[in-house]
Amino acid sequence: MATPKPRVRIPSTAKAGEVIEVKTLISHEMESGQRKDSSGKPIPRKIIKQFIASFNGKEIFRADWYPAISANPYQSFFVRVPETGTFTFQWVDDDGSVYKSEHQVTVG
Amino acid sequence: MTFITGATRRAFLATAGGGLAALVVAPTSALADAKMVADEIAKLYGSKSIKEGRIKLDLPSIAENGLVVPLSFEVESPMTEADHVKSVHFFAEGNPNPQVAAFTFTPFAPKAAASIRIRLAKTQNIVAIAEMSNGDVYKATKEVKVTIGGCGG
Repeated sequence: MATPKPRVRIPSTAKAGEVIEVKTLISHEMESGQRKDSSGKPIPRKIIKQFIASFNGKEIFRADWYPAISANPYQSFFVRVPETGTFTFQWVDDDGSVYKSEHQVTVG
Repeated sequence: MTFITGATRRAFLATAGGGLAALVVAPTSALADAKMVADEIAKLYGSKSIKEGRIKLDLPSIAENGLVVPLSFEVESPMTEADHVKSVHFFAEGNPNPQVAAFTFTPFAPKAAASIRIRLAKTQNIVAIAEMSNGDVYKATKEVKVTIGGCGG
C-alpha cells in the first residue's frame, strides 16, 4: 500500500479567538480484520487507530478509531485559534507508523 | 462476514451458490448485540447513572451504503476548564466489534463536536456516551437502517 497521504483543510489566517472547523482525510484502507482473501484466509487487521490534533504542542482533541471507521478516514472537528501558531495533526497506524501534517495559522 | 469490498465481493458472487449461502449464514453469530454494548459501557462507567440528553446525534435514518455512513455529533457544553466534555464514546449494536470510536476533548477545543464516517454491517442502533468533567454521563441512541450492509451481503 502506498504511504497514506493526509489531506487537511484549515484556513491559513484567522482572527484571534476565532473558532474554525478543521476537516481532515487520509488515504488508508482501514483493513478491518474481518475480510477474507480469495483463498479464504483472514486478512489481518491494519487500521489507523488514533488521530491527535494539537496546537503549539498542546493537545486539543484526540480520536481513537476502531475497525468500524470507513476506509480513507475522514475526521472533522473544531479548534480555537488563540494566537499565531502551528496546528499538528498525527495519525497513528497499527504498525506504529505516525503520519504527520503541520499547518501554520496566522492571526492578523 | 462484514466489510467486504468490491473485488472480494465479485469473487464471492463468482463462486457456487452453496458456498455463498454458507458465507452469508455463518458469520452473523459473530456480530455484537445490545448486551455487548451494555457491557462495554458498564466497563467504562460501572453502575453510574446515565442520563438522556445533551448529545445531538446526526446519523441518517436510512443508510444506503453501510461502508460509508456519515456520523456527526455535538454535546452541549460551555467547554471551559471547569465545565467541559471529557470524552464521547460510540458503540454499534450490530457490528463485529461493539466499539466504533472514542473522542477525547480538552478545554482547548471550543466545541465538543466532530464528524466521521463509519461502517455498519446491518440495520442497528448506534449508542453515544458522553462523559462530562464533573463526572456526569449522558447517552443518546439512534437507529440506522442499512440497505446494503458494509459486508457485501
